[in-house]
Amino acid sequence: MNNLKVLTNGIFRENPTFALLLGMCPTLGVTTSAINGMGMGLATAFVLVMSNLVISLVTNIIPDKIRIPSFIVIIAAFVTVVDMCMAAYLPSLHESLGLFIPLIVVNCIVLGRAEAFASKNKAIPSILDGLGMGLGFTLSLTILGVIREILGSGKAFNLPVFNENYGMLIFVLAPGAFIALGYLIAVVNRLRKTN
Amino acid sequence: MGKKLESNFINMVIVLFAVTLIASAAVGYVYTLTAGPIDNAKQAKQVNAIRQVIPGEFDNDPNAEIWEKETPDGGKLEFYPAKRNGELVGTAVKTYTNNGFGGKVWLMVGFNPNGTISNYSVLEHKETPGLGSKMDLWFTKNGKGNIIGKKPGTTGLKVSKDGGDIDAITAATISSRAFLDAVNRAAAGLEGSDISSGATQQNNN
Repeated sequence: MNNLKVLTNGIFRENPTFALLLGMCPTLGVTTSAINGMGMGLATAFVLVMSNLVISLVTNIIPDKIRIPSFIVIIAAFVTVVDMCMAAYLPSLHESLGLFIPLIVVNCIVLGRAEAFASKNKAIPSILDGLGMGLGFTLSLTILGVIREILGSGKAFNLPVFNENYGMLIFVLAPGAFIALGYLIAVVNRLRKTN
Repeated sequence: MGKKLESNFINMVIVLFAVTLIASAAVGYVYTLTAGPIDNAKQAKQVNAIRQVIPGEFDNDPNAEIWEKETPDGGKLEFYPAKRNGELVGTAVKTYTNNGFGGKVWLMVGFNPNGTISNYSVLEHKETPGLGSKMDLWFTKNGKGNIIGKKPGTTGLKVSKDGGDIDAITAATISSRAFLDAVNRAAAGLEGSDISSGATQQNNN
């Protein structure tokens, strides 16, 4: 696999949300608005890139039997860093994402990429893989967030599209997340088949 | 790729220790960098909220003249008096309720010296987005359940369903009751009466 393929792999062919169906908890939980979805996606992307980089560098000095705890500690450190930086410099976003930032630690995508890719590859491809997966995750969360925000409250990125009173409230609530995600996965699957 | 380190006891102990040590050192370092800004952001939010709920200018530092009052259920109300030339122009009260649909709701409510509500600001809540979360605008002057200028006093404000004259947020009566509970708690605390009374008792349905 060349480097470009590694990068685009995560964005479409193995998109973490639509193709791998990993990390569903933050996907369904935070996409009530486009900004939330994008913020969560970017935070996860940062953690993915950094943890992939570090893990690909240290994988040889970590004995096999303790690789999972070591990876988790490394990932948790980066998540905590993101959490604190966000609280310091983006307090309003931090408030709306709240609980879901610390939960990036247990996002299956991050550990999944560390185990499946970063621990078997060199630094550069690992960074690209993290970047691709992170961007794919950001993209799908943003799309889902935009759809839910428009249908639910008549706004996109907080800009009014139509009168809020005509919004379908269910799309802001949990069931709407499942409905919108289901249709999106169907569309993406169809696109993948025709390609 | 080079050869992996063997999984024997000594190696595992050393590596895991090193990994955790480096990780905690890094997190600790970032903490020292961000502790200040995080504190400032929180402080700024509180000061902004006070500024927002107090009508007109004030020249003292309400944070410096804070006084507190314990509530019977173990909580604490914080009172920030705002003064101009030494005269009270309003009091911002940091108040809360335990009855929100998603748990606690924290508000900053501003009172004029005569006990009427000048404005409010929602500090923290976990209400349902699109329903209870509308409380940040619903009870303002242009909202449907306007409470600005009303005087809760010791009797408290109630939603129309409970016989009061405040319109509850559509499909979010529990959040509305909780909101008014927090407002009433603040008003009662300010009036110096027993703050266990008010609307707190009526939220069992």
